[in-house]
Amino acid sequence: MTDVRFYKTLLWVNSLIPLTILGWDAWNHRLGANPIEYFLRATGVMTLVFVLATMLVTPLRKWFGWNQLIKYRRIVGLFAFFYGLIHFTTYIVFDRSLDVGGTVADVIQRPFIALGMAGLLMMVPLAVTSTNAMVKRLGGKRWQMLHRLIYLTAIAGVVHFWMIVKSDVFYPAIFAAVLVVLLAVRAYFSIRRRKLSAANA
Amino acid sequence: MSEKIRSSEITDEATYFNRRNFIKAGIAAGSLAATTSAFRYFSPARSNAPEPPALADVKRSDPTDAGLTPNTYEEITNYNNYYEFSTSKSAVAAKAESLVTRPWTVEVGGMVHNPKTFGIEDLLKFEQEERVYRFRCVEAWSMVIPWVGFPLKKLIDEVAPLGSARYVAFQTKYDPIRMQSSFAAGIDFPYVEGLRLDEAVHPLTILATGLYGKQMPNQNGAPIRLVVPWKYGFKSIKSIVKIMLTDREPPTTWNQASPEEYGFFSNVNPDVRHPRWSQASERRIGEIGMRPTLAFNGYGDEVASLYSGMDLKKYF
Repeated sequence: MTDVRFYKTLLWVNSLIPLTILGWDAWNHRLGANPIEYFLRATGVMTLVFVLATMLVTPLRKWFGWNQLIKYRRIVGLFAFFYGLIHFTTYIVFDRSLDVGGTVADVIQRPFIALGMAGLLMMVPLAVTSTNAMVKRLGGKRWQMLHRLIYLTAIAGVVHFWMIVKSDVFYPAIFAAVLVVLLAVRAYFSIRRRKLSAANA
Repeated sequence: MSEKIRSSEITDEATYFNRRNFIKAGIAAGSLAATTSAFRYFSPARSNAPEPPALADVKRSDPTDAGLTPNTYEEITNYNNYYEFSTSKSAVAAKAESLVTRPWTVEVGGMVHNPKTFGIEDLLKFEQEERVYRFRCVEAWSMVIPWVGFPLKKLIDEVAPLGSARYVAFQTKYDPIRMQSSFAAGIDFPYVEGLRLDEAVHPLTILATGLYGKQMPNQNGAPIRLVVPWKYGFKSIKSIVKIMLTDREPPTTWNQASPEEYGFFSNVNPDVRHPRWSQASERRIGEIGMRPTLAFNGYGDEVASLYSGMDLKKYF
């Protein structure tokens, strides 16, 4: 077994741990008095964790030269989409009882739900174009442009989390702080690149 | 100038791969343990708080009279909003163990003829009766709770309100040493609430001293709390230390935190939506699906007349 395959497997198993524990606890009635709400919160938080983790790869490569990490980013990104889908399905099935009319009304009346859905929808093209074949078909530059959509997904997701919280914004604030740093790093590199190319011209 | 490495110094292939496998096994076990414990850290906590002692001489009621099946004691005592202790509903039970409820006094005064401070022993001398009520939180979940208590009217009659008194203001105990909430709780303490006087003396409005025939568990608002079953749960203020009669609408905590979301009246109303919860439906704790929310939480026959002529979408 090569190292890359080993670490990919390890990443897969680690990424499935939250879902496994949730399933195990649900089976044993250990998700508290309101299991649906807990499951919904937990899968939502996991989605954000994986979204931010994909955005951490580029800064780590640039700062520490950990270029190997790029091999694992696709798995992290697809798990973000996976947890987002579970989160969304839980909401549709258990909170809205699969009622399309009620869901549309909910989306219109509650902006935080619309934001969450927008965040998930923006991940669909990213998941679809995540294969090597699609990268080739789009070409590196265009693929990269498209995949910057993850920034919007991350912003929508963090604001979505902030808005559902009644008054204690401690946890959403942590996610917001991480996101601000991750976006600031990109702004910094982009400005520096422009300055360098201007100097070289 | 490099020294020649003798062949005996070279790690043989088998040992080399063994060592690598050993390190990999360590990395695998370590990462799985770290992920598991990181996720477990956020799992709902369970309290081992002992059940409080039984209340003496409780006039029991039959919950099936109202067609209601009460939630379990476990559910009622492990899913609480008590922001002075924690903003996490499953964490309140354990943290509220630090609440000291004896001795306890409730000051009753303001615009009354006979202001008086009651000890909790005095309050337990009022005839204690069981009331099985629906309880609807503004967060779109609900329970059925077998409270024990007595009508607030009995207490208000003892202090004899002045003719000019129109409202009743309530205050929760605040002990910043024992009540260590999140620093970002987002509401001001002490927690305050209020009712119009006619709401306060309505026969459905009770001061609850317990549930399931036992003294009130700390996390549910020991030793004495308000229960107004046709209003959202946050109106039913916990661990009361002060009750003041007044002639003007008193400030209320959630209304001050977010006036466009939480009105003074806060009657359960499926037609007045909230930015986060539709309020048209609710999840009864213990059930998987949602059930429709009833106007005035199902107590419209008894209380709708209190609001005749009022636009309840305006005075939400």
